[in-house]
Amino acid sequence: MSGKNERNVLRSILASLISILIGMGMGSLVILIVGLCSKNLTLKSTWEGIRLIALGVFSTGRNAAGELTFGFNPASMGNMLFRATPIILTGLSVGIAFKSGLFNIGAAGQYLAGTCATLFIALSIPSKIVPAWLIWLLAFLGGMAAGALWGAIPGMLKAFLNINEVLACIMSNWIAANVVTWLFDISNLKNIVESTKSGYIYKTTFNGIATPKLGLDKLFPGSQVNGGILIAILLAVLMYILISRTTLGYELKACGANRYAARYAGIKDRRNMVLSMAIAGAMAGAAGSLYYLSGNTEFYWSTYQILPAAGFNGIPVALLASNNPIGIIFTGMFMSTLSISGLQLTNLTAYNEYITDVIISVIVYLSAFSLVIRMWLGGRRKKAAQIGKEDE
Amino acid sequence: MAFLIRQTLIYAVPLMVVALAGVFAERSGIINLALEGIMIFGAFIGVLFVHLVQKWGWFEAAKEVGNWGAMQLFLLMAMAVSAALGMVFSLLLAFAAINLRADQTIGGTALNLMAPALVLFLIRVINNQNTMQMFKGDSASWFMLKKKMLGITGSNFFIDTFLNKVYLTTYICVLVFIVLSVILYKTRFGLRLRSCGENPHAADSLGINVLKMRYHGVMISGALSGMGGFVYAMTTANCTANGEVAGFGFLALAVMIFGNWKPLNIAGAALLFGLFKCIAASYYSLDINGDGVYLLKEIGLSSNFYRLLPYLITLIVLAFTSKSSRAPKAAGIPYDIGSR
Repeated sequence: MSGKNERNVLRSILASLISILIGMGMGSLVILIVGLCSKNLTLKSTWEGIRLIALGVFSTGRNAAGELTFGFNPASMGNMLFRATPIILTGLSVGIAFKSGLFNIGAAGQYLAGTCATLFIALSIPSKIVPAWLIWLLAFLGGMAAGALWGAIPGMLKAFLNINEVLACIMSNWIAANVVTWLFDISNLKNIVESTKSGYIYKTTFNGIATPKLGLDKLFPGSQVNGGILIAILLAVLMYILISRTTLGYELKACGANRYAARYAGIKDRRNMVLSMAIAGAMAGAAGSLYYLSGNTEFYWSTYQILPAAGFNGIPVALLASNNPIGIIFTGMFMSTLSISGLQLTNLTAYNEYITDVIISVIVYLSAFSLVIRMWLGGRRKKAAQIGKEDE
Repeated sequence: MAFLIRQTLIYAVPLMVVALAGVFAERSGIINLALEGIMIFGAFIGVLFVHLVQKWGWFEAAKEVGNWGAMQLFLLMAMAVSAALGMVFSLLLAFAAINLRADQTIGGTALNLMAPALVLFLIRVINNQNTMQMFKGDSASWFMLKKKMLGITGSNFFIDTFLNKVYLTTYICVLVFIVLSVILYKTRFGLRLRSCGENPHAADSLGINVLKMRYHGVMISGALSGMGGFVYAMTTANCTANGEVAGFGFLALAVMIFGNWKPLNIAGAALLFGLFKCIAASYYSLDINGDGVYLLKEIGLSSNFYRLLPYLITLIVLAFTSKSSRAPKAAGIPYDIGSR
């Protein structure tokens, strides 16, 4: 059994690596085409662009001769970890829902709900009376709770009224975007102190609240990293334990495999669906919460036309990791490595960071049929054997 | 009142066309979640076309001498180009969903991620900023029809509402909507397309090429949403493209569900949602019956409320009608000949 499992894991990793390579290849191709078509871009800058896509996180700028230099860049590394924090969590959100057969495309809305609750708690409780660590904890837990609540709504609609969760999630995303805008619109948390920051909410540091750095800033000087990444990893491990070592996790997976069979076996399928979406929502809520508790990020509150990208980037993170919570830690970091590459691309060349979003979307596109390809690679005989094994 | 109707039409028309795009895909059996992405792509292509042709100066001369016919022809060409490229873009979804039998939801999501990324990348490379706008002037001064141009001097309710300060795109879209609805319901092609979304195996047994029909469905869907995207950018965003269409693609999805996958209901739903959008955008200065009283302002509801309403209503409608909702039966299920 374990040998079989290992081979399956290996094949998943192989399929993910192939997707990543094709995605980066497509990104390089776009750069090459643009480079060849444009008169302003030389072949040399095209080659620089392609190298930065692959190695951007190790880029250390340009030397005196104008050549790109590479090496260990602590600021980039730290920022990579900082950016990985929310997308590991939204990846967990999407992954957990997938485990129970639900496609949580509503992570963006849950992320906003978490952000909103966190900011209201962190900025409304006066830190003169209540100790800062307690406010931080309340704000973080409040964010998770708000995310869980927002995730539970499409879960309930699916479980009790049989509404397609994808549609319910999309609607709940836009409702969240409007409600959050509305709440901040009538709140007194809008930044009116700094004139350049109109349209933004106060940083949590205005109330003396920020996630502790836990020494990571010494390790990666010049970066935004903080203890949030450790919380994200901890939550990923907890999710792994929940899914693979507890009864609840088994029930969730059973509902995902076949809802009606699970019900026949005495599992409360409706309750589990709502629970799965609530846990997923809590993860996405934690993502928004940690991102804005960092103390160096500001929330643009008039968000009714735009959904946060972190919510959607959870989808490729989860898909690449085959929804394995431990795998999600690594794919989340890979995705944020890509986004650092994009920043370096903007800073150092005539290209810009959106190419990394192109790469990510190609990866999602490939993972739409990666299951099909994996099955095709594995062959039908192995699939039959697999079913036999699981029956034992 | 004239203003309200005109403005509602401007918001409703892209919704209507893109919702019909969703219908064509789903009726053929493919869930097209990528409506938003294709709209974004179409908007970019159309605006780029306008930008380039202005830059080359072809229509500069036409505007100089006031040849409005040529200007409108130019607009039609932009619509056609964005529809064509939208169709090409949707082939990505068609290929994954039909040939590779991929998960249509994830495939559509991929397109939704790809469109803004690609569009913003190209806009930045071409323009060195985050928006693409017209090379010169704004959409109203180039393309808006005024009654003077049509040689109308009188003034009554009909003229003020439908012939003054309107875009030709509105009427083209209504026409396309009607023609395609008739095709869907009254022709052999439409019947076959719908049968593929209900029971593809039965359709196949009667000699209909299900895969080909689904390709047709998705391609029509892509063309309509590409065109809808450009119409949105032209009429409500002053002919600019910046990698987003303010969630109109998803709103169109809501319109489609609200309209129960039927063209006539969709037209009604689109008008309703367009009205909400219009109220949210301009309720502060909206004088409905012209007596100088800003009624909606006096009610005092926040514009956020009107913006939120379409999505909330859709959820509530879904909740109440999910038992009797008539989504095409085979939508979302890849067609496998072997499983007959």
